[in-house]
Amino acid sequence: MSLVFAGVCSHAPGITGRKHMADPDDRESFYNAFDEMREELEVTKPDALIVVAAEHFANFFMNNMPAYCIGMGDEYEGPIEDPEWLGIARTNVPGNPELSKRIIQRVLQDVDVAYSQEWKFDHGISVPLHFLTPRYDLDIIPVNINCQGPPLTPLHRAWAFGEALRKACDEAPERIAIIGTGGISHWPATPDSGKINEDWDRKFLRQWSACDKEALLGYGDEETWRDGGQGGFEIRTFIAISAATSGRTAKVHYYRPIPIFAVGCTIGIVDLED
Amino acid sequence: MSLYQTQKLLYMLNKNPKLQVTFLADQDSVLKDYKLSDEEIDALKKPDIGLLYVLGVNGQILMHYAAICGFAWPEYIQAMRDGLEEHGNVRNGLYVTTDGKGAI
Ligand SMILES: [Fe+2]
Repeated sequence: MSLVFAGVCSHAPGITGRKHMADPDDRESFYNAFDEMREELEVTKPDALIVVAAEHFANFFMNNMPAYCIGMGDEYEGPIEDPEWLGIARTNVPGNPELSKRIIQRVLQDVDVAYSQEWKFDHGISVPLHFLTPRYDLDIIPVNINCQGPPLTPLHRAWAFGEALRKACDEAPERIAIIGTGGISHWPATPDSGKINEDWDRKFLRQWSACDKEALLGYGDEETWRDGGQGGFEIRTFIAISAATSGRTAKVHYYRPIPIFAVGCTIGIVDLED
Repeated sequence: MSLYQTQKLLYMLNKNPKLQVTFLADQDSVLKDYKLSDEEIDALKKPDIGLLYVLGVNGQILMHYAAICGFAWPEYIQAMRDGLEEHGNVRNGLYVTTDGKGAI
């Protein structure tokens, strides 16, 4: 069947964990945008949701760091963080190991992806699911791109990975939704937490909306570090979604820098229909 | 410097509530399993969150240790800012690739 839905969203832990500290209009407008994304996702009646995330040393560490990993578990637990700290109750999330296996096998034709039957979701997945599948009744296939512990995979490989995911979805009979989650510019969990480079974000989002491959792959890590902070490395997740929906434009439904959430809060949906 | 070992310890601690209980009851029983410098051991035990940041611990790892140690979010951010004042620029790890002073 292939893709029935594709989009991107932010996942910063402050979105839920520091909601009480946010300006009410910032919080409500962003939460509303997440609600609208959920509604758009639900009408496509997906059988499974692939979440391309950038986890933060919850499962993967510098002792054995995969550039790419896809989950193949029956179920997943999350969040791994203190539920009170994150503002999200710990729960089990259903997986779909059989579909995972088919996707992994197909992706391996193009990209040497790792797989894992064990995976604890951190805020990178738990925050989006809190809004998008709040009943935890949709099969989730977690995907990770290492955006935290350099050396990092080059952007053109993130593109190739997104394309490989798309080919795998095209061959599956299921109705599959896919989202990428990450920050654009941000300096999370550092003394600069709350700094956001809005101009850089808006430029990136224009290019992301246009699915401008050349522009998207033109970001060097040095430039990203300087202008977008270490959190900017997570653009890999957005780029993978562009690659998975190559040739389609997308709409940014919400963008607002919200410093207490430590990120330019973003919701974007790819226009998959002609 | 044994930044890898420091981060490994905190990574293991963050994801294992049972180990957190053991660590909080008897820090040395956990610390002995890692090859750490005296400065790192002191920073972990105190805890000196600012110094751990300066030593190069990634914030995605450090913020959870700070929470375990009872730091509220603004206290955690302030501890890192104080660390830069007190101990100087970040010395190792991801954040040293710029000037290590922080961007603000
Ligand atoms: Fe992140």
